[in-house]
Amino acid sequence: MPPPIVRPPRTRRELLKLAPLLAVGAAAYPPWRDRILGGGVRFSDWASARTFRSTHLAPTYGAADVVPFERFPYNYYDVLEPNIDFAGWSLKVDGLVSRPGTYGLEQIRRLPKISQNTRHVCVEGWDAIGSFAGARLGDFLDLAGADPQARYIAVTCADNYYESIDRATARQPQTLLCYEMYGKPLDRGHGAPLRLQMPTTLGYKQAKYLMTLSVVNELPAERSYWGDQGYSWYGGL
Amino acid sequence: MKPNAAARPATSPADVVAVARWPGNGGATEVAAYEHPLYVRVAHWLTAITLVIMAASGLRIFLAFPSFGDKLPQQDFWHPPDAITIGGWLGGALQWHFTFMWLFAGSALVYLVGQLGSGRYRMVLFVPRDIPGVWPMVRHYFLRGPKPPADQPYNPLQKLAYTTTILLGALSLVSGVALYKSAQLPWLVAMLGGYGLVRGWHFFALCGFAAFIPGHLVMVAIHGWRNFTAMLTGWKRDPEYVKR
Repeated sequence: MPPPIVRPPRTRRELLKLAPLLAVGAAAYPPWRDRILGGGVRFSDWASARTFRSTHLAPTYGAADVVPFERFPYNYYDVLEPNIDFAGWSLKVDGLVSRPGTYGLEQIRRLPKISQNTRHVCVEGWDAIGSFAGARLGDFLDLAGADPQARYIAVTCADNYYESIDRATARQPQTLLCYEMYGKPLDRGHGAPLRLQMPTTLGYKQAKYLMTLSVVNELPAERSYWGDQGYSWYGGL
Repeated sequence: MKPNAAARPATSPADVVAVARWPGNGGATEVAAYEHPLYVRVAHWLTAITLVIMAASGLRIFLAFPSFGDKLPQQDFWHPPDAITIGGWLGGALQWHFTFMWLFAGSALVYLVGQLGSGRYRMVLFVPRDIPGVWPMVRHYFLRGPKPPADQPYNPLQKLAYTTTILLGALSLVSGVALYKSAQLPWLVAMLGGYGLVRGWHFFALCGFAAFIPGHLVMVAIHGWRNFTAMLTGWKRDPEYVKR
């Protein structure tokens, strides 16, 4: 039992001890708001990257769980079917690689083919389990002789979209350069001829219509189409 | 049957609440009880602020896909009015959500560690022994029934309400982590009944808070001015459960 107290409580002093809580109000002050919230998102991204396990596999599903192709949503920011010269298409690779240059779809198809039914999660809140196939991005990076210590992979797309991912995500074995969906070549709306497919990230990270791929230690000024507008850059699940 | 004092676990107010007695004006003895240590008050007000921000930004996030079903075909469930949302758009709302989730979780951690470490949870945790006391309190508050005598800081109905909010907070956090890291923590998703239910649980927790908060505010306004000041200063004047 606590000892009895014989003086009046110091209530004013106790109230003042709560004053530091007013600091939360700084987030409501517009000039500071963006910095505070930006810091919060960066901290969340940092914590997400720290806890990411590149050998841990995202859940995969049986054929019965896959939504029919017609019900797998198309999502795009500008044009669903950007102009691409499919006959002359190749992926331009540069940066910290020992074999820079262009890589045709046939070269990518010759890498071990991975088929996976995984959940595609959109930042908006919907999700759909789809059937995807392609080459591991990790295998392709080895093919191009990428520096295994390089920190980021940055891509640009035929619709002027752009994205970048960290090394751990790029090397996760389910991260694909995807050229097939539902057993057929990727259709134009889903990113033909080549897209990123990564069950460990949100959909907006999984850039479609790939044109260039750079292996870098510093992110370009244009880091991520949606990330630069306020979404989390990391976007990991 | 009334349990005898010796068999009863330590829940008498004196076990957890320090009492001050001092001579007041006119020779009467003034009494106050230290109901809420600083960590409880900090956690309460931090949670109050962050919960509003999490709810308002969460509703804005929900507006980006206001459904619990498939995208194709999309059947909207409810469109929260803009006036009760913050962030302006999905990306802005996510920034609020991903910043204040740390404060929400942090205040929960401070509260739980403090309560469990100090043993003060016994003052507020609803246990089976409290069940018989719930109905008399409901009758008193809502049906003009007689006021049951108070011998503890919290009556059984309060314990039930406050314990429920802790469970709602735990559900918000668990379902939120499951949504945020569904690929890293598939076992957590499975625990909640699969991915298709996780957003539903997260929303359900919000509904629970939406039901609790107006009731909490009304009860404080009607019955509890001294409870309100106690949550600010820690000290409750003239507590009914302490004899003068």
